[in-house]
Amino acid sequence: MNGQHHILSVLVENKFGVLSRVAGLFARRGYNIFSLAVSPTEDDRYSRMTILVDGESAPIEQVTKQLNKLIPVIKISELAAEDAVERELMLVTIKAGQDARSQATELAAIFEAKILDVGYEAMTLMVAGQPDKLDAMTDLLQPFGIVELQRTGRIALPKLSRQPSKLRVVAPRSA
Amino acid sequence: MKLTGAQALIKSLEMEGTEVMFGLPGGAILPVYDPLIESSIRHILVRHEQGAGHMAEGYAHATGRPGVAMVTSGPAATNIVTPLCDAYLDSVPLVVITGQVPLKSIGTDAFQECDTVGITMPVTKHNWLVTDPQDIPRIVREAFHVAMTGRPGPVLVDVPKDVANQIMDWEWPDSVDLPGYKPNVKGHPKQIKDAARLMGEAKRPVIYAGGGMLKARAAEALRELAELTGIPVVTTLMARGVFPDRHELALGMPGMHGNYTAITALQRADLLIALGSRFDDRVTGKVDAFAPDAKIIHVDIDPAELGKVRRPDVPIVGDCRNVIERLVKVVETDRAKREWPDLTPWMAQVRGWQRDFPLQYEQLEDGPLKPQFCIEAICDHTPADTIVAAGVGQHQMWTSQHWRFDHPYTFVNSGGLGTMGFSIPAAIGAKVGRPERMVWSIDGDGCFQMTAQELVTASSERIPIKVGILNNAYLGMVRQWQELFYEERYSEVYLSPDLPDYVKWAEAMGCVGFRVDSPDEVVPTIEKANEIDDRPVVIDFRTDYREKVYPMVPAGASNDDVILGPEIGEGGR
Ligand SMILES: Cc1ncc(C[n+]2csc(CCOP(=O)(O)OP(=O)(O)O)c2C)c(N)n1
Ligand SMILES: [Mg+2]
Repeated sequence: MNGQHHILSVLVENKFGVLSRVAGLFARRGYNIFSLAVSPTEDDRYSRMTILVDGESAPIEQVTKQLNKLIPVIKISELAAEDAVERELMLVTIKAGQDARSQATELAAIFEAKILDVGYEAMTLMVAGQPDKLDAMTDLLQPFGIVELQRTGRIALPKLSRQPSKLRVVAPRSA
Repeated sequence: MKLTGAQALIKSLEMEGTEVMFGLPGGAILPVYDPLIESSIRHILVRHEQGAGHMAEGYAHATGRPGVAMVTSGPAATNIVTPLCDAYLDSVPLVVITGQVPLKSIGTDAFQECDTVGITMPVTKHNWLVTDPQDIPRIVREAFHVAMTGRPGPVLVDVPKDVANQIMDWEWPDSVDLPGYKPNVKGHPKQIKDAARLMGEAKRPVIYAGGGMLKARAAEALRELAELTGIPVVTTLMARGVFPDRHELALGMPGMHGNYTAITALQRADLLIALGSRFDDRVTGKVDAFAPDAKIIHVDIDPAELGKVRRPDVPIVGDCRNVIERLVKVVETDRAKREWPDLTPWMAQVRGWQRDFPLQYEQLEDGPLKPQFCIEAICDHTPADTIVAAGVGQHQMWTSQHWRFDHPYTFVNSGGLGTMGFSIPAAIGAKVGRPERMVWSIDGDGCFQMTAQELVTASSERIPIKVGILNNAYLGMVRQWQELFYEERYSEVYLSPDLPDYVKWAEAMGCVGFRVDSPDEVVPTIEKANEIDDRPVVIDFRTDYREKVYPMVPAGASNDDVILGPEIGEGGR
């Protein structure tokens, strides 16, 4: 999934139905979404959607131009993967009875995961980080047996660098 | 001033200049129909909500003003989905008001509840569910603004019954504030310069004018540009009339059933000046093989059209008229400074195609009646500014090919969606908007059976349209494909010429009905129809079912592989 994905940071009006307009547009035009996170912004008239788009399913330029035609979409910025800091949160419950518990704890420490809950036969961990760190941890947890797993989808902001911000508006206002 | 939501809604429509609306009442919209009695707005009571939508479209096509329709919730809302989708694909400005169940009942599967906003989201430019009567004037104002500006399109306002009954404080907003909606009409000066530069280098340029040119009211600007540069013009199905067919630079319609010259001029061009057109598959044929040597200048008000199908060398986001008017100025200066290529050799080639591959059909004196002959006869025996509305099928293509369009806004048809049944209600809407014009519907027998009941509306409202049914007893266009591509295995396309009896049906609906079987009756019957001005007229033209639409580029084929059809006198021609 890395490489051809694009991160769109989309400022939208905070009104009901906006999420379904955006999701409907993607479905209708055959654009694939890897992940989608919606959150309030510092201004309560607006929300921000962080959308990970599969760049293979459609040229990103078409995606942003079509998105821009939605009336509640205020502004779209595209973040190239290499110019962004991305983070994602994962909750995972694994099988970890008495004999596996210490091994699991050790692994959690390596990944700086937090232990949220412990039962007789299982344990729930929380880990935040780069998406590939989460992938790696998931792989290493497989042998324990994964009972349940949930990821938030990533959120992203532009990297702060010595150059001017890479957060750029990618499409002009549209008809 | 205290008003009910319903009163505020009607008043808002009046404030937006609505003179006519098309609709049919029902439970959820009842409150809004009450203040309509006192309103200055003329309401036309349709017989099916699809008719209301297409009438509003016909009205918008003919006048350039937004068409307004109002229907109730549930089944009425779903009945108007087809016109919404039709208007969406053809960029027709519509404002549709739907009733909705009371707010507190939404989501409970209440009687005649349907998720109208959800269903129509993909087929409207935008839609609104009103939750507070206080918002009605603002939403109506926004709705008209969105429908009419930028790339025009249909919008829908869903009004719950309780919201219509509640009391609000009337206040008309003095401006529209939509932070996420700012259409760009101007066109970038540098891009316009670049366009002029490409035009000044091209040896085989063609202007490829689309429906957006009519929306932008750019007919005059186009003529100026073409005459200034001597560049020939093709007009797509949606643009017929934007450039006069009688003009020496007019090449007519390109595409699947375009004429050979228009198709081939695009194929051989070294520059396409695409104005308000969208490289639709019905025009390009196989995209990879379309106009292979051409550079592209693409002007459109919708940025998403630029590069959607074909990457332009010079993309210009802007209103076609605005851009062309400025382009003309830049071109004038440029031509004063340097010599532009001589287009004589190119035009000689074009004239050669026109001479060698004209549209053709043959009407024998005692032979079966040819549909093309009927169309040409109607065109020749009506005023030049007559509005013609077509259905969808062979008769539509023949109308586009054989009618001579010399004025903009005289062709009303369903291009993008290809909606059978469009013609009759659209013709009614056009006549309502342009009562001083003669309005003809050229319809297929299949199409006629889909929406004919609106002739009852036309009779009772005294809307005297004329309908010519090209009755070939078949779903002709489908038959044509089965004949050509399915080894003449005809599956479910026969309709019968006599069932229904179109003359009796017309009479039952309050119209005058005529039947025409032979070529010599054609003109006298058209003349009789033209005399009648107090009710609709229907003529049942019994046409040759074997006639096919040529030229034809088979679906998915390259435009180089256009089929011209059999020679005259062969194969049923
Ligand atoms: C609502 C709808 N249903 C089906 C079609 C597919 N279709 C396209 S043309 C056509 C035949 C139209 O028959 P008729 O109105 O008699 O016109 P003709 O082609 O015979 O001139 C059909 C069925 C359509 N375009 N629209
Ligand atoms: Mg037919």
